[in-house]
Amino acid sequence: MKNKAGQNFFVPALFFISGILIFVSLLIGPAAIGPGGVLAALFGGGDNAASIIIREIRLPRALAAWLAGACLGAAGAGLQGLFRNPLADPGILGVSPAASLGAVTAIYFNLAAFAFWVTPLAAIAGALAATAALYILGAGRVSTARLILIGVGLSSFCGAIISLAMNLSPNPFALSDLINWLFGTVANRSFDDLALAAPFFAAGLAMIIFARPGLRALTLGEETAASLGANLKKARMLIIAGSAVLTGASVAIAGAIGFVGIIAPHIARTLVGHDPARIIIPSALLGGAILTAADLIIRILPFDQELKLGVAAALIGAPGFIWVAATTRRMSA
Amino acid sequence: MTALLDLKDVSVSIDGRAIVRGASLAAAPGEFIGLIGPNGAGKSTLLRAAAGLIPIDCGARRLKGDRFEDIPFTERARRLAYLPQARPIFWSIPVRNIVALGRFAYGASDNLSDPAIDRAMAEAGVEGLAERPAAELSGGELARVHLARTLAAEAALILADEPITALDPAHQFSVMALLQQKAKQDCAIIAALHDLQLAEKYCTRLVIIDQGRIVADGPTTILNTKIARDVFSIKLQRETDSNAISLAPL
Repeated sequence: MKNKAGQNFFVPALFFISGILIFVSLLIGPAAIGPGGVLAALFGGGDNAASIIIREIRLPRALAAWLAGACLGAAGAGLQGLFRNPLADPGILGVSPAASLGAVTAIYFNLAAFAFWVTPLAAIAGALAATAALYILGAGRVSTARLILIGVGLSSFCGAIISLAMNLSPNPFALSDLINWLFGTVANRSFDDLALAAPFFAAGLAMIIFARPGLRALTLGEETAASLGANLKKARMLIIAGSAVLTGASVAIAGAIGFVGIIAPHIARTLVGHDPARIIIPSALLGGAILTAADLIIRILPFDQELKLGVAAALIGAPGFIWVAATTRRMSA
Repeated sequence: MTALLDLKDVSVSIDGRAIVRGASLAAAPGEFIGLIGPNGAGKSTLLRAAAGLIPIDCGARRLKGDRFEDIPFTERARRLAYLPQARPIFWSIPVRNIVALGRFAYGASDNLSDPAIDRAMAEAGVEGLAERPAAELSGGELARVHLARTLAAEAALILADEPITALDPAHQFSVMALLQQKAKQDCAIIAALHDLQLAEKYCTRLVIIDQGRIVADGPTTILNTKIARDVFSIKLQRETDSNAISLAPL
């Protein structure tokens, strides 16, 4: 049932699953609070300590995980449509590393102290620069392999500069700040962090949604899409800016987290079909659900040190990427 | 009558190299024009320029009398449908969705119940494939699906770049017959072709291009021994009784 009816079923279903996952993740933590306690804390009337734990600690964390995942899922779907390549992903293509580099630069030079929005904006600026560079270097004109190699080069370059920043880091506190960013985590997030990232999520998602007709036309390649009457310039700008803003927002709220942008659209395609316009919202919802689930799992695992979300995502996502790369048949025959 | 397409003295260069030099070509309803010429003669570039996909150095392009530059993208796509030589399908969407993209200029790229989609699929003979994903189609099926996508625009002018290349003989005949049929329904068709015998059999008019210049333009009889030798470097013989042509190396 890979058609409109499919989407009409799966979108509400994915909203519902996201809701369930967020609720379950509110149940997990050092303080034992049952479902009744969680509901009481959420909707008032609960006792004070539980209420603060749920509202100030667990809810922002769960929502941050969901938001970061949704950003990456939507960005991945948009980039895959633009590059016409199921292996495109903000992490693989070097967009997330560039966003991390932006954030690291802001932290390193202590620019983050000027205003709370400097770091997220620096992340978004890094993501924009990387996406534009990638597009100029070869969207649609080069093979999958080369595109990914360009991304690998971009990632390595950003990684090298980040290493340089760590190498030259003046004090251990700055170093630990940097490392926390690079591992990727949503622990200790507040509603302020969410409030900062949410508008970027909304704006980025809106841009990609506006580009949907162009993405659909690009299924037949740039030449045909242009002849069909699609405004490719506009679609390109919207996707590049939208996916950069989304990636930047996810890096701003959760640090560097990879592979969600490739896995979520891949699953979305099996649910609602391959139409690149139709997978965007399901990809966002799936990305949110996947990262919420991952953040939930790392808190259940019996390790003394909590696993960082970015580490867990890579542990699950990297094999997922290999699976997609190995099984995807290229369609451009 | 106003020509559906009117190119006047069009020159196109790519990376500083002149590909099309001073080409003039007009197409009226009912014409099935075979654009023929050897590899690298400039057929595809001329068609791209005619479709408005690449800029021209000089000359004028008009669609139904209006200058190209004055026609918005979507209106252009309603007046002319273009079938490029390279026809990638990057995502395995169903045939109906591919054909629906032909309706893009009407803002209905995801309106799968647009009756024009069913009409185009029926004309191209792919109505039975409507729900099949692109990845499961054979070469011949794909060619007819692309044709259905092109027809779905219901544009009066169709530009097709090598529509029958890589098709088996039966599919070549059926595609040529379909284009001929569309011309009879008052469309104008310009198709870049390599098969001289099919071009001569189905087209109403031939335009011969060599090294970027249109060297001959007229009824199919202009394809004669001299043109075959000078332009295509082959030997052409016309049977006196059936008027059919046969080709051989020089």
